[in-house]
Amino acid sequence: MKNTLMTICALALSLAGGTALAQETVKIGVINAYSGQFADPAAQLDAGIKLYMQIHGDEVAGKKIEIIRKDVGGIAPDVAKRLAEELVVRDGVDILAGNLLTPNALAVGAVSEEAEKFMVVMNAATSIIIKKSPYMARTSLTAAQLNHAFGEWVADNGVKEVYTMVTDYGPGIGSGAAFEAAFVAKGGKVVGADRTPVVNPDFSPFVQRIADAKPEALYAWVPGGTQPPALGKALAERGVTPANTKIYAQGELTDDAALEAMGDVALGIVTAYHYNVHRDTPLNNEFVAAFKAANDGRDPDIYSIGAYDGMHLIYEALKKTNGDASGPALIAAAKGMAWDSPRGPMSIDPETRDVVQTVWIREVQKLDGKPANVIIDQVDNAKDPTH
Amino acid sequence: MDPHLWLKRKGRISPYEVAFWPIVLVLPFWLFPTYLSLSSQIAITALFCISLDLILGYAGIISLGHAAFFGIGAYAAGLLSAHGWGEPLSGLAFAAVVAAFAGWIVSFMIVRVQHLALLMITLGLGFLLVELANSLGSFTGGADGLQGIDTWKLLGVWKFSFWGKTAYAYSLAVLFILFLVCRRIVRSPFGLTLEAIRENPDRTTALGAPNRAHLQKIFTLSAGIAGIAGALLAQTTETVSLESLGFQRSAEIAIMLILGGTGRLYGAILGAIIFMVARDQLAGMNPQYWYFWIGLLLMIVVLFMPRGILGGLERLAAFGRRR
Repeated sequence: MKNTLMTICALALSLAGGTALAQETVKIGVINAYSGQFADPAAQLDAGIKLYMQIHGDEVAGKKIEIIRKDVGGIAPDVAKRLAEELVVRDGVDILAGNLLTPNALAVGAVSEEAEKFMVVMNAATSIIIKKSPYMARTSLTAAQLNHAFGEWVADNGVKEVYTMVTDYGPGIGSGAAFEAAFVAKGGKVVGADRTPVVNPDFSPFVQRIADAKPEALYAWVPGGTQPPALGKALAERGVTPANTKIYAQGELTDDAALEAMGDVALGIVTAYHYNVHRDTPLNNEFVAAFKAANDGRDPDIYSIGAYDGMHLIYEALKKTNGDASGPALIAAAKGMAWDSPRGPMSIDPETRDVVQTVWIREVQKLDGKPANVIIDQVDNAKDPTH
Repeated sequence: MDPHLWLKRKGRISPYEVAFWPIVLVLPFWLFPTYLSLSSQIAITALFCISLDLILGYAGIISLGHAAFFGIGAYAAGLLSAHGWGEPLSGLAFAAVVAAFAGWIVSFMIVRVQHLALLMITLGLGFLLVELANSLGSFTGGADGLQGIDTWKLLGVWKFSFWGKTAYAYSLAVLFILFLVCRRIVRSPFGLTLEAIRENPDRTTALGAPNRAHLQKIFTLSAGIAGIAGALLAQTTETVSLESLGFQRSAEIAIMLILGGTGRLYGAILGAIIFMVARDQLAGMNPQYWYFWIGLLLMIVVLFMPRGILGGLERLAAFGRRR
């Protein structure tokens, strides 16, 4: 009985493999944290992939695009690596996509290099990831790219002294360091630096220290989600507001949910981001409208745009190679590719394979009686300075 | 019955055992060659599960932080490799020594407490280590995970590739050898004394057994084996992250053990196989909501087979014999 079952299983497996080969398909393996604490950003990322395929169809250069989704369940590089290996040897995928989280993307990168598969990082923002495989390109951002441009901009706008406060883990420390380095290189001075805990932080003691130090400016970095409104409230309670201290941060601090929670307190906060949901251009408006229609009215965010542009890169590269989905061919096609994204003009650096894009500097201003992120400046063609 | 004879009979090799090992050796290579990476991680998890079974199933030490030693082993092997020595077997030995040493230190505390306090201490230990590894970012790689691990060819011959052949053969061989060691230990007078301590520590004290010393020994051994499992994972995947120390891993391993059945060694292996295969298949079918089915499976097993799947099977077999 058991033997017959096994034979049937083996037969079914080989059949599945056979039919897939018979069709002209390009398989994309998406490794993403569909379950667990990162399920929400993972869903937004997945929605970006779906939307692109909904708009542009599932056929490119005469080949059918097939997506195979794998759940890594959170930060788990060992699982991510195994899933990547399985996608390559079992499912026979041509492209490894997704890559929401840095440790996982690093592990998948090793498989991309060994198996010579094209890999697209649609979110993970740590600079070093891109060096893991010569077949990898990134369509999201790097923390250093954003914050280096921002640090220089802040210094260029006459700020002399800044107090920094970042979350005590990789992304926060990296962002803060990039900001500080750029700011100091332009002649600025860091007068104080604090690190807040990753989980359930109480911001009041930190903010009190800032209030006591009375710095000219504050640079803050917290992960998106529940922390931005909490920090906003703590800042307001202790009187650290743009009225007396210039506040600079990465875009998460003033996303829509956080702005709603903070209210007028947020007015005057300046943030840097690579994507603005409310940037009023035809391309973006169209994208946002389509996204909302497909996702029960929810706005796209940086995860969605990273995935959307990631799919764009895959589609355009496939067009350029005439359907050749081998790693070397696709990465050669992807290098130097430039396009207009809903986020603004962007390209893939031909040397580093990393993303080059406009960094938008926004200030929270009152628009139609509500606080909103208004673009006040932009840094064009921002690159990751660490490459 | 003569105690020597009884011990001997208890240690006899059953036909099921003889059948089991060739099957797990041949089946993946022959029928599921594209599942070798998974098989390798199952073997590693089974080994980790066995290490927990030694203390939980046999000695009655409840732990919610056993991943601490798994992670210590993983970081030990990973760091050794990242600093230029990627030879797998010596890395394994190094990790075992480091993890066992850590286990020995902790064991002084462990044997002094019981029940809830034990849960709290093991839980806290896990949290402390995660925080420590995070704050030593320049050394451990922090939240990004340890980078630069390069595992050399096994015995200088077999390369670790993404096909997973070497990884599975390696993991399974280590699992098998350590399983034999554990099997010998739990069926020795020492192992039986542990079970007696678990059941009635006052009685064993009265009988003159050194409770604490015995518990310390098994805890140290268990930590060492957990460390080896961690090192295997680090070497075969060439990744180590903070999560290898984390609560999630400790909890999952306990779930697998309870699923398979505690105090049997094979329960640990079976639990790891069932849990990880189920997770792989369910997550493949539905990447978003597969946890639902895992939860259901757990509840069914715990409700209808309170002593785990293996315990349930044993009861079924006994019931069949009585009929």
